[in-house]
This record gives sequence, C-alpha cells and structure tokens, in this order.
Amino acid sequence: MAQGWGLGALINLDHYGHYIHWGVIQVSVGNFIVMVLMVASFLAALFAPFPGRRNRKGAK
Amino acid sequence: MSTDIERQWTSRIRHSVVDKLPPDKLLPDTQPAYVASWIYVFGVTTMAALGVIILTGIILALDGPQWWHSSTLGHFVNSMHLWSVEIFFFAMVVHLWGKFSMAAWRGGRSLTWVTGAVTFMASILAGFTGYVSQTNFDSQWIATQAKDGINSTGGGAFFNVLNLGQMLMLHIVLLPIAAVALTGIHVVMVRMKGVVPPFEDATTEVSA
Repeated sequence: MAQGWGLGALINLDHYGHYIHWGVIQVSVGNFIVMVLMVASFLAALFAPFPGRRNRKGAK
Repeated sequence: MSTDIERQWTSRIRHSVVDKLPPDKLLPDTQPAYVASWIYVFGVTTMAALGVIILTGIILALDGPQWWHSSTLGHFVNSMHLWSVEIFFFAMVVHLWGKFSMAAWRGGRSLTWVTGAVTFMASILAGFTGYVSQTNFDSQWIATQAKDGINSTGGGAFFNVLNLGQMLMLHIVLLPIAAVALTGIHVVMVRMKGVVPPFEDATTEVSA
C-alpha cells in the first residue's frame, strides 16, 4: 500500500485487532480506549475550570 | 390599506418569526454566566466536525472512489472524512451525556431534546451507510454481516445493505440533508428557548 512520507500512522495498525473479553462482554481495544477517553472528557468538562470565567463582564 | 398588507401571509409569517426569534436571540452577543463551562463546548465541536464531514464529503463525491483509493491526496481526504466522523460522534455522545445530566428538556425544551435525539439516530444511519459505501473489502464484510441482522427484522425489503447504489445515495444525499436540516432546527430551537440553566438557577426561569 502506498504511504505518504510522514503521514503514516504513528502506531502500526497493520495487524489483527486486539480484544478485551470480560464475561459476555467483548470489546476491541481501540473502541475501549475511545470509551475511556469519552468518559474522561465528560468528567474533565464538568470539573475543569473554564478560562476567563471570573472575568466575563459581558455575561448576564 | 395597511391592514390588508398586515393580513397577507408574508406579513403574518414575518411577524410570527420575528416574535419567536428576534435577531438578538438568533445571534446573541452574550450568554448566561453558567455557559462558561467546558461541558457547553461539545455541541459546537459536533457542529464543527459536521462542517468538516460535509466539506470532505463534497471533495470525495467530486473525485470518486478510484481517486480516494489510489492517490495520496485521496487517502488524506478520505482519512479526514473518517476522523471528522470519529470526532463528530465522540463530541455528540459527550454532549448527550452532558445534556442528559442537566435534564436539558426542562423549561419547554422537549422538542430541542427530541430533535437532538433524532439527529443522533440519523447520524448513526449516515455513519453505517458510509461504512458500507467505502467500496473495499471492509465495506463488503460489514454489508454481508449486516444484511442478516436487517433481514431478520423485515427491513431488508426496504433497506438493502448489499445494494451499493441505494446505500451511496442515502449516504451522500438523503441522510446528509436530514442531518444538516435537523441540526439547523436543533440550533434554532436552542436559540429560541435559550441554553438550559443549571438546576439551582431554574427556579427563576419562566417556562415558555
């Protein structure tokens, strides 16, 4: 497969997928990472301070 | 004379639209203080990703499958299309969790919630028809696996995942129109009703 220089994946993805098995639950490692990142983003969005919040004079 | 003009359907529609959505509500200069939170960023991230999806989709449609399979630039635009879809769903799901945790349907905003939910479902269909329209072994595998599930519901008579023409037309015409139109309605409804306040501020809100 043609690869543009410098544009190849940082992680070699040219292999069979890895899966996590937990009882009846089976999820690919890639999808699991995305799920963890979504939960982490949600929690960070709730608790991380928003820049300039105290100085928003225009806000009602 | 003026009363005749006032009774025209154009006048009545204009007055109705301006009453429900005056220009300062459509494009407000400020937002309530509680909007200064990262949780409110994911809705606009979803829309930004949708913009990139539409733009890269137009380029892919102009140049066609042979181009996106065989040229370096085609691979790049195809990858942009894929990764903007990944960001689109990622941000939309976090947006959904955020709005669910705020009970964002409060204060007469039930239709805003419903249009968001329907947009989510239309987007899933758009994503699925995209996967089966790639014209590669991956799309063939997905289509042949999905056909059994869809046929078991009886839906295969109307939605044939092995019919590339039908899937491609759905993916590049009908579902993008639905997704963009529903997103537009969703945003207009957010403008009309305003951003849902936190629970502690909701007692002062007048339900519209």
